[in-house]
Amino acid sequence: MRAPLRYAAVVALLALGWKALALGPAGDVLPHPEQALAAFARQLGRAEFWGHAGASAARSGAAMILAWAVAFPLGVLMGSLPRLDRALAPFVTLTYPVPKIVLLPVFFLLLGLGEASRVGMIALILAYQILVTTRDGVRAVNPKYLDTIHSLGGTYRHALRHVLLPAALPHGFTALRLGTGVSVAVLFFVESFATQRGLGYFIMDSWGRLDYADMFAGIFGMSALGVALYEGTELLERRACRWRARRGA
Amino acid sequence: MLRAEKLTMTYPGGRTVLAGVDLELDQGRTLAVVGPSGCGKTTLLYMLCGLAAPSAGRVTLDGAPVAAPTPDIAIILQDYGLLPWKTVLDNAALGLTVQGVPRAEREARARAVLAEMGLAGRERDHPARLSGGEQQRVAIARAFTARPKLLLMDEPFSSLDFITREKLQQALLDSWRQRGTPFVLVTHSVEEAVFLGADIAVMGGRPARLARLVPNPGFGEPGHRDAPGFHATARAVRAALAEV
Ligand SMILES: Nc1ncnc2c1ncn2[C@@H]1O[C@H](COP(=O)(O)OP(=O)(O)O)[C@@H](O)[C@H]1O
Ligand SMILES: [Mg+2]
Repeated sequence: MRAPLRYAAVVALLALGWKALALGPAGDVLPHPEQALAAFARQLGRAEFWGHAGASAARSGAAMILAWAVAFPLGVLMGSLPRLDRALAPFVTLTYPVPKIVLLPVFFLLLGLGEASRVGMIALILAYQILVTTRDGVRAVNPKYLDTIHSLGGTYRHALRHVLLPAALPHGFTALRLGTGVSVAVLFFVESFATQRGLGYFIMDSWGRLDYADMFAGIFGMSALGVALYEGTELLERRACRWRARRGA
Repeated sequence: MLRAEKLTMTYPGGRTVLAGVDLELDQGRTLAVVGPSGCGKTTLLYMLCGLAAPSAGRVTLDGAPVAAPTPDIAIILQDYGLLPWKTVLDNAALGLTVQGVPRAEREARARAVLAEMGLAGRERDHPARLSGGEQQRVAIARAFTARPKLLLMDEPFSSLDFITREKLQQALLDSWRQRGTPFVLVTHSVEEAVFLGADIAVMGGRPARLARLVPNPGFGEPGHRDAPGFHATARAVRAALAEV
């Protein structure tokens, strides 16, 4: 596992650039990296900070599960049932380019200012990615695999279980992994309204109090959350697709 | 046992690939169909096993029409058709899984046939880990595991190297002798057709038909590949291919 090493190298490089900025042009507003890091370490010792981090993690986790539960099965069905696809595809195509984030006020109006709106917003954005990627992946399944199932007397149900679902899993997980970046960005946005919990709130609040070191502690926390989600989904992806292991792997 | 009468296939778009194909295979026999790439060999096998419906004509097995795939007919698709996400064992047992045979029984049956095909110990591997020859053995094992009455094979050995190909051709012939399961094998290789076909149907023309049936004296006898009769038959097949 070389991921920690890679991350460490990148972090070191960024810290150097940051230090240069803080020593030079941005010195009066930018805390030094070691000050930010000290603030982060201090916050890590406080239950309140962990409360914010936990709220953020719970929101993004719930959104990912919700998006997956809806979009993955739907993508598999649309990819394999041309009539269903023809009926639903226009809705997807027409709404796909609309930036879903602008619907946040509508969500707040319809679902209230609680968690449902926040989680729903992130899930909606993720679900589009998962749906489209899964559907396209299923469409591209080698027809030979389906012929194999049918030649053995298998029905659509057998094709689903033995061909379509396993072939779709890697696509669905890839979409989920690539979606983690967007979902943390959206998380930040939805946490900057009408809530006092979450790392997004913590960042905005520190900013408002001109406590830049704490603001960076929040940014670190959110970055760590993003990395954890990315690595977590990659792990899922690898477990689900172990058959791809190459010779000698 | 297997009969095809006046099989015709016109694909959507209007292209007629096969027209008026007649074919007959008796219990305990084998038939090799030889023809150039793109002449419609795969199309013919798909119709014989019920995967594709002919535009005209009909297929019967022991007198009963073959309208849809049945466990009585096993087909080994071109390039094996193994599912990459399933282990060797699960691939070999797939036909039984689809039939709803309980796990313990289907695994025992698949293991036995895999062992016969020289794949004992590879049950837990995934196809990507196997060589081309081993993958083909899994495909053959899958076909035999379902205990079909008839086996169809689509160019089963064409992507293998020469040595592996001869070994597997021999293994197939041994299995056939042991089980007596009749098979139809399509190939673009004249040598393969003469080694594995009790009769050799020569396919050609536009649209393609089975233009000739070349008998193959000495088929299945030890040393057939090196016998003078083998080369005479191969010459006859080549001449027929050139004519049609
Ligand atoms: N599903 C299909 N739709 C239209 N044309 C097809 C289809 N499948 C095969 N063909 C055409 O039919 C011809 C015969 O194909 P095929 O049976 O695969 O030949 P072979 O197996 O002998 O190489 C080819 O020209 C091929 O392009
Ligand atoms: Mg073919």
